[in-house]
Amino acid sequence: MRIVLLGFGSVGQGIARAIHTKDLGITITGCADSRSGVVDDAGIDIGAALERKQKTGYCGDTRITPMDVVATAEYDVLVEVTPTNVTTGEPASSHIRTAIERGKHVVTSNKGPIALAYRDLQAAARRNGVCLKYEATVCGAIPLINAMQEGLAGNTVTRLLGVLNGTCNYILTRMSEEGLTYEQALMEARELGYAEADPTYDVKGIDAAIKLVILANTVLHLDKTLDDVETTGIDLLTPDALRLADEQDCTIRLIGEIVPGDGVLRVSPRIIPKTHPLVVEGTLNAVTVETDMAGEITFIGRGAGSTETASAVISDLLSIRDRYVQGS
Amino acid sequence: MKLEMRDTPGQLVAALKPISALGGNIIAVIHQRDASSTAESLDVQIVLELPEGRLDRLLEMLKAEGVNVVRIGEERLLHMSSLILIGHLMHTDLSDTVDRIDRTGFAEVTEMSLVMPAINAPSSARITIRSVNAEDMRKAIDILRAVADQKDILIIEPLEEM
Ligand SMILES: NC(=O)c1ccc[n+]([C@@H]2O[C@H](COP(=O)([O-])OP(=O)(O)OC[C@H]3O[C@@H](n4cnc5c(N)ncnc54)[C@H](OP(=O)(O)O)[C@@H]3O)[C@@H](O)[C@H]2O)c1
Repeated sequence: MRIVLLGFGSVGQGIARAIHTKDLGITITGCADSRSGVVDDAGIDIGAALERKQKTGYCGDTRITPMDVVATAEYDVLVEVTPTNVTTGEPASSHIRTAIERGKHVVTSNKGPIALAYRDLQAAARRNGVCLKYEATVCGAIPLINAMQEGLAGNTVTRLLGVLNGTCNYILTRMSEEGLTYEQALMEARELGYAEADPTYDVKGIDAAIKLVILANTVLHLDKTLDDVETTGIDLLTPDALRLADEQDCTIRLIGEIVPGDGVLRVSPRIIPKTHPLVVEGTLNAVTVETDMAGEITFIGRGAGSTETASAVISDLLSIRDRYVQGS
Repeated sequence: MKLEMRDTPGQLVAALKPISALGGNIIAVIHQRDASSTAESLDVQIVLELPEGRLDRLLEMLKAEGVNVVRIGEERLLHMSSLILIGHLMHTDLSDTVDRIDRTGFAEVTEMSLVMPAINAPSSARITIRSVNAEDMRKAIDILRAVADQKDILIIEPLEEM
């Protein structure tokens, strides 16, 4: 199976390394970052591209644009792992549409297009007889989408609760365990590379809200936008509040909640017993799904990271290969 | 059910014994900081569950122990939620915030812990609301949300009612 890789950052390189070092039967025929691209229908030299990116900051030739790669390379699946833009979905949406129009399958970790235009993109994919998969957009390595679409098929979901943002969970864990202030915990998260220089998306709950929208629209058959999510962040929490929760053997975590029956989508800090399965440490993610037949199921795992996110992308790729791509 | 009594030395212990002897379950012991009460005689409320038909026996036993029951409330405040409030709680009249729940008549704030912060920093408080049923609890929390919104207070709700 041949793929092209759009975006050669943390996730893109994680995918390239996995394909390079493991015998997965996947060939990369093109890749691009923001300023360069490389195409070789026989398969690019992945080791050389990784090294070039490391040394020069370019994965390929500056005369080749990302769109050239999507529009001209020979491939079965586009892997779209460029940065998320939740207002426009670009440039990912254009990359994805172009690939679909060409009859190519798409796998993405990019939350923008899935949160903004899932229905359109899925309809276009169906018209063109291709598959659009997005496991990596929610909870990194946890195969949540797959579990909800396949493993729990036939169940009615009555509620979904999740710790969907590792940065917030890290900050709250540290505030709770060490009595740090929000500012101290954030600073620590930055130093460890768990928080971006501008942490707004994470700490205001927007990233978690985007993930709720994706889950609502893709696996719970609702029709929601970011504006429908009641969103409260963690940036105003005080160490006192965590202490008050602690006095009752509870803690505070940022929880995303969907109640499909009421159409409620909510991200907010919540008081939660320390023994609750959603109370996970550090940057871990956790999701509890309440269903009519299976009862309650909780998934816990790494929600981000280069290799962890690559795991979800590769799982999507292999499932497409098994179902659609013959003889490769 | 709610028993109210004077909290003179020894009374509380005397009251608790018969309750457990009759298979009752004590949910909360609340000391009222009533303005009218003097230092050594505070009002105390005991919120408890008692198996059907044992109330008369309990009152007899309490009387025998010399416990002075002032009032018996039949309402069953079995639903409980603790919430945390963060904001300028004193400046925005915390007692009014609590009052708005108490005034409903179907839910009340039975406990409060307030942490006073440095000057001008937001303060944090935990309040416990009790109500007779889940529907009333939901209404009480809705009221609190509306008040919090008005007063720019962040409210942290529990994931599940306890
Ligand atoms: N990191 C995670 O753990 C994680 C987990 C789940 C989902 N995601 C999602 O996965 C995507 C990639 O994340 P990441 O952490 O790998 O981001 P990243 O490290 O910032 O990498 C982004 C890559 O995209 C390239 N790029 C930027 N604009 C482009 C454009 N217009 N056309 C083509 N390439 C472009 C960048 O090029 P340069 O190298 O030239 O800057 C870079 O190679 C994001 O949408 C993110 O939300 C990430």
